[in-house]
Amino acid sequence: MSYRDHITTFGAGADVPMVVSSRFAEPAGHTLDGYRSTGSYRGYQALERVLTMAPSAVATAVRDATLLGRGGAGFPAGAKWGLMPGDVWPRYIVVNGDESEPGTYKDRLLMERDPHQLIEGSLIAAYAVGAAQVFLYVRGEMAHAQERIAAALNEAYAAGLVGRNIAGSDFSVDIVMAWGAGAYIVGEETALIESLEGERGMPRLKPPYFPAAKGLYMAPTIVNNVETLSNLPWLITHGTEAYRAVGTETSPGTRLIALSGHVNRPGIYEVAQGTTTFRDLFFGEDFGQGIRAGHELKMFIPGGGSAPWFYPEQLDMPLEGKVVGGAGSMLGSGAVVAMDETTDAVAACLRLVRFFARESCGKCTPCREGTTWLERILRRIIDGYGRPEDLGLLASVGDNISPGPYPNAAWEAEGLEAVPFPPRQTTICPLGPSAVAPITSALRRFRPEFEAYIAAAENNRPRLTVTADPPPADRVDGASAAGGAHV
Amino acid sequence: MSRLSPENEALAREIVSRYPRPKSAVIPLCHLVQEEHGHLTDEGMRHVAELVGVTPAQVQGTATFYEMFKMHETGRYVLGICTNISCMVMGGADLLARAEERLGIRSGSTTPDGRVTLEDTECLAACTDAPMCQVNHRYFGHLSAEDFDELLDDIASGAIDEVVPPHGTLALVRQHIPADRQAIIAPPETQVAPPRWFARRETELAPASDEGEHR
Repeated sequence: MSYRDHITTFGAGADVPMVVSSRFAEPAGHTLDGYRSTGSYRGYQALERVLTMAPSAVATAVRDATLLGRGGAGFPAGAKWGLMPGDVWPRYIVVNGDESEPGTYKDRLLMERDPHQLIEGSLIAAYAVGAAQVFLYVRGEMAHAQERIAAALNEAYAAGLVGRNIAGSDFSVDIVMAWGAGAYIVGEETALIESLEGERGMPRLKPPYFPAAKGLYMAPTIVNNVETLSNLPWLITHGTEAYRAVGTETSPGTRLIALSGHVNRPGIYEVAQGTTTFRDLFFGEDFGQGIRAGHELKMFIPGGGSAPWFYPEQLDMPLEGKVVGGAGSMLGSGAVVAMDETTDAVAACLRLVRFFARESCGKCTPCREGTTWLERILRRIIDGYGRPEDLGLLASVGDNISPGPYPNAAWEAEGLEAVPFPPRQTTICPLGPSAVAPITSALRRFRPEFEAYIAAAENNRPRLTVTADPPPADRVDGASAAGGAHV
Repeated sequence: MSRLSPENEALAREIVSRYPRPKSAVIPLCHLVQEEHGHLTDEGMRHVAELVGVTPAQVQGTATFYEMFKMHETGRYVLGICTNISCMVMGGADLLARAEERLGIRSGSTTPDGRVTLEDTECLAACTDAPMCQVNHRYFGHLSAEDFDELLDDIASGAIDEVVPPHGTLALVRQHIPADRQAIIAPPETQVAPPRWFARRETELAPASDEGEHR
């Protein structure tokens, strides 16, 4: 079984304190002993410190640190907590471990390799807001992560760190692991809540815009991403100031970036927000170590399958949500996919669109029908049956899902002002507009590739031979070769 | 009978007790049925409905939304090959073509001997290890053509059983909350006041507010 020997590459920038990934390389980092004795801080000491503070003081510390959400939207966690109405109980914490964005691969590692870090982070959040219960929702397909979380919870319960009278204090809260069954859309927080209630995972109609007002069982609920909560133990141990010293003023701290595609050294890397650039990431010794030999970068996805594409001219942009957002894309879930010149832009576009078509929950018509049609049109272009009007049709269907000019980094070069992400939408959640991102990205930049497919299709048009005239003798196409009925 | 066994029913009741409302346990319980029977049987869904106090149609309504629940028999091994963007550019489609060729079936179907179900899947969160696949939701990454052939050999011979449980089995470790360690799990309508520890700590530990005192 030599195929089992391959392991994931991970690392960090040279001057970056490992806030969340310090135990990835520790063989016993996932155990309670390992959590207490290895890594960039000692496990469960943050919890003890928190227990000497008033809950509101913990919330203030997190708010002052500007801990931006790491799930995709980048909303500050402290501000999110503050959206809960003051006098409505019970409150719940839901940990979003339903990581499914194409290219994204960090929460799984955090759950598999440092589950106690996530448990401690969840406890800190539960303490700060006064949660009645915590639900840790792990993606269904991640059997190993479920095992590690379950084992860590069992250890933590036995050690008196979760449940009744935590660490000998009066603080009491249960953490229950829940697990999904395969649905990308459940990563959307209101869909996650539906799933946790035992329903089909469809996003809820807004308003209320935030589950903080009405969430699980219609009670105030905070849904935080796995990586976001995994930051809390380090943040509390080393303090707000130390946390803010990493990264930039508006985007402090680090981020886990999953670098995949045509680089020499794909892996999970912890980088300082806003200082590392995409060029560093692709070519740096600590990270990707260059595009594979003999090839050059054609395009890249800066933040998961939903993000509009970037091109070589954006290489020097720093990995900071605000900057990337201003250029018409998003850092999203920290998934960077490099594609070299061998990549067929039309095929890449189809593959991403097909994903959204498959994963559309079907609640909103523009998304359900639109993504399906986008896939069909792209499929016929690739299969050699494209029509010249298909390119306009793609844009038109896209416009029905996401009206108006779509943000795209390439627009600036054309004298158009970049529109900040996210785009407008005719749907409840951003899944539909996400399907438009690869379309606009590919069409604006690589239109000749689409046109070449369509030009080749001219010789490939299926002919229904219903007239008395036989097809020309010099033509052997699919229809006549298949023995179409000649009258 | 394709209901849950007595042992699994006891486990199911334990899972139900961990949620404020029983219906929240529908998905974990459906997984239990699938673990025991390889797919989600009608009888099993009826049993889940009894255990959480909803109708069988409600259980089926939820279950059919989710990709992982199989309403029909599957192979002992479900081989899922990722073809999403990162795997696509690294050769995921080649793996899929190779699997189709060797198994003699198309993606989405099961071999006539009932051993292997082949699927092309969406992103499975192992992108830096592309191209990759899962066998019964266990990961295999960085697959070269030779690696993949060896993997297919091990599936054919059953040698892969060493590292892969039968289809339907997810975590081999289950969460258990000891009765004396559990805090409070109760329906939301019974918890309309802040937790006692929260209220007490907020008043006793809060730093004296200067603004309030000087006003």
